[in-house]
Amino acid sequence: MTWRRRLLFAAPLAVVAAGGAGFYTILRRMQAQNYDPHALPSPLIGHKPPAFTLPGLNGGPGFSNTDIAAPPQPMLVNWFASWCIPCAQEAGLLYALSQAGLPIWGIAYEDKPEAIASYLGQYGNPFQRLATDASGLTAINWGVYGVPETYLIDKTGIVRWRWAGAITDDVLQNRLNPLLRQYS
Amino acid sequence: MKRLIFILLLLPCLAFAQMVSRDGVTLTQDQENRAEAIGDQLRCLVCQNESIEGSSAALAHQLRVIIRQQVVAGVSNKNIMAYMVQRYGIFVLLKPPLSPLTWLLYASPFLAVALGFCAAWIARRSRPPPPAPLSAAEQERLQKLINT
Repeated sequence: MTWRRRLLFAAPLAVVAAGGAGFYTILRRMQAQNYDPHALPSPLIGHKPPAFTLPGLNGGPGFSNTDIAAPPQPMLVNWFASWCIPCAQEAGLLYALSQAGLPIWGIAYEDKPEAIASYLGQYGNPFQRLATDASGLTAINWGVYGVPETYLIDKTGIVRWRWAGAITDDVLQNRLNPLLRQYS
Repeated sequence: MKRLIFILLLLPCLAFAQMVSRDGVTLTQDQENRAEAIGDQLRCLVCQNESIEGSSAALAHQLRVIIRQQVVAGVSNKNIMAYMVQRYGIFVLLKPPLSPLTWLLYASPFLAVALGFCAAWIARRSRPPPPAPLSAAEQERLQKLINT
């Protein structure tokens, strides 16, 4: 066989091998939960959140966009719901983060007050402030397409990062922590 | 006369007969057609290969309601699309717009054709030259072989 023929036979094999390596990497990263093929880039990044005013839980104080316009340190806004399974998965990590001094504000997405209260009772309340978006319309203005979603807001009130899905240890270490250092 | 007045009074009912209700919003058939045309061009963010119009996800339902409310309010198609893109980015459009991000996507058929021509040209160039025509002696020998 001439080298040309060998190349001809090797080319499809090389394509299959490269494709296989690519798929293997994607699957491995999906398993490690630091890659979500359905995740979208948020158009909110680089901008301030849209205007909103949301009530709190059971008549408590909620918050509005002006309350997060200039936080003293970088903060997270976490969209969650008691009916959402990945929310419960990240609840422990959020609680630990809040205990370590990171301000996390929560917005309950399309949820009932009693369900929110019992969820926070069960998993611990990591939120400095809590608002409720019962209709889900504010979520649409933020471009939220599922829960949980977590937004990093810097000291100038600008959204720097959005994570759709549960925050895992890996996401915290490789993505969130470097950003928190960068914007603190 | 009385009958005529009665019929005339019933005429506005015809307008209501043309009204349809979808996702809890009442609108005319024309408006509904417009809303469906918009929804067909938008991706459902939850089940990402379905349109908003075809999806049964709760978010798709909410977006259908918003589209219909805006259609009834007289918002233009362009502005309704802009409303969606502002919130969810160009990924929400099932047909991506021409932008620096999608240049490669739209150029790919032309690139593929150009690549094909290149391959054909290289294959043609590297083909060995045709053999030289037979010499007189070879012709003679060939004739002999044929004739035997």
